[in-house]
Amino acid sequence: MSSHGSPWDSFDVAIIGGGMVGSAIGFGCAERGARVAMLDEGDVALRAARGNFGLVWSQSKGDGMPAYAAWTRQSVALWPALAERASTLAGRDVQYRAVGGLTFCLDDAEFAARQLFVQRMHNQGQEGLQMLDRHQLRELMSGCPLGPEVRGASYQPADGHVDPLTLLRGLQAGMRAAGGVHLPGASVESITPIAGGYRITRADGSEVSARRIVIAAGVMTSPLAKMVGLDVPVRPVRGQNIVTERLAPLLPLPASAIRQTGDGTVQIGVTSEDDGSFETATTTAALSRMAARALRVLPVLAQARMVRSWAALRPMTPDGFPAYAESRTHPGCFVATCHSGVTLAAVHAGRLAEAVLTGTLPEHARDLHPDRFVGMTHVSSH
Amino acid sequence: MFRRTEPTDCTIEWEGRALPARAGESLAVALLAAGITSFRETPVTGTARGPLCLMGACFDCLVEVEGAQNIQACLTQVTPGMRAGIQHGARGFVDDAA
Repeated sequence: MSSHGSPWDSFDVAIIGGGMVGSAIGFGCAERGARVAMLDEGDVALRAARGNFGLVWSQSKGDGMPAYAAWTRQSVALWPALAERASTLAGRDVQYRAVGGLTFCLDDAEFAARQLFVQRMHNQGQEGLQMLDRHQLRELMSGCPLGPEVRGASYQPADGHVDPLTLLRGLQAGMRAAGGVHLPGASVESITPIAGGYRITRADGSEVSARRIVIAAGVMTSPLAKMVGLDVPVRPVRGQNIVTERLAPLLPLPASAIRQTGDGTVQIGVTSEDDGSFETATTTAALSRMAARALRVLPVLAQARMVRSWAALRPMTPDGFPAYAESRTHPGCFVATCHSGVTLAAVHAGRLAEAVLTGTLPEHARDLHPDRFVGMTHVSSH
Repeated sequence: MFRRTEPTDCTIEWEGRALPARAGESLAVALLAAGITSFRETPVTGTARGPLCLMGACFDCLVEVEGAQNIQACLTQVTPGMRAGIQHGARGFVDDAA
């Protein structure tokens, strides 16, 4: 083996960022025969993958951006195959369960608002998504101790959930198994064009050269994208999480902001705090609000112990949708950023990885170019 | 595996069996001193587990105490006559609302 990170190392593709997005693209490029280096900050990185809720989810994605909705549905369709391979590569089950997904409505106003949303999504090509009233919900999940306030839910049979950390492990293992190298421990300081590619200089003084570069650096995307002439405004949006002790099965379907994992813990999410801060502490006020809503869905959780809470930062573009681009000034340099790294992992490891190697972004991804952000201020969180 | 340095002064009940213990010590210590190393069966694979950290962090010493499930034995003080048993799998609930 070569001495990783030495000035003499040259790769076909350097991925900047070792989170969910970078690992999926790196895995996809490596298994297509490219020699891949994944440059990663390591444990200090502000990884959105850490705070990911583990939903493989189409029902709420892409209202107002049909390309994103279609890109998401494409990924969801490819997920069963990815799950099987990621489980093999991780050495354990990624616990992908496409059992359908719910968004609970706790009163008539929430139900009516969700119904309108479902109609809008239908008009944008979302199939299968439907509203279930309380009676239909109880039929779907007989034995689930739903609280009396649960009025109904939106239901997408194609949605599901997965263990995001095992997925991350599987993607990275897959990249290494296909000859890729993972180089953690130093941030990237500069990118310089050289003959036949680029030289990347890192904070520890090491250099890596590569013919192509993919910037998949989550909340740190903006300054790196600037190095290759791309303007990709990304803000950190904090999400807090709660996890309970392991419990006997009580919630058979995952839902927005509440799911029972394959190991029995109940994960309760998730805030969307857009205050521009890179702080990752939790707050009692937010955690208690999240817990209070979870108790309205499943009152028996009042008996459960919380074992852990944590926060992570998700990268948010001005309109909340992903951004993909190849640089015009630095050909062969790409940016990929989104906050749905789990749901989109299948297209990232597939068509997007292929695009990095061929230089032509696929349909849908092409429509998510960051040029659309010009003159836009951050408006919403999706 | 372990040898007591202080005398016992009471008994507790583990899986219906009387064990010598010392009031105020942790239940985990009392069980280990009595040679018990399997405290629970895991929810996922049913494998036997016992205490690892003895300081409240690992959740591997979960037992049932007086009918309450998922109790950390290392954080529970022995009281004379205390009844405890193996935590089998994941904790279940009584649904009062149903």
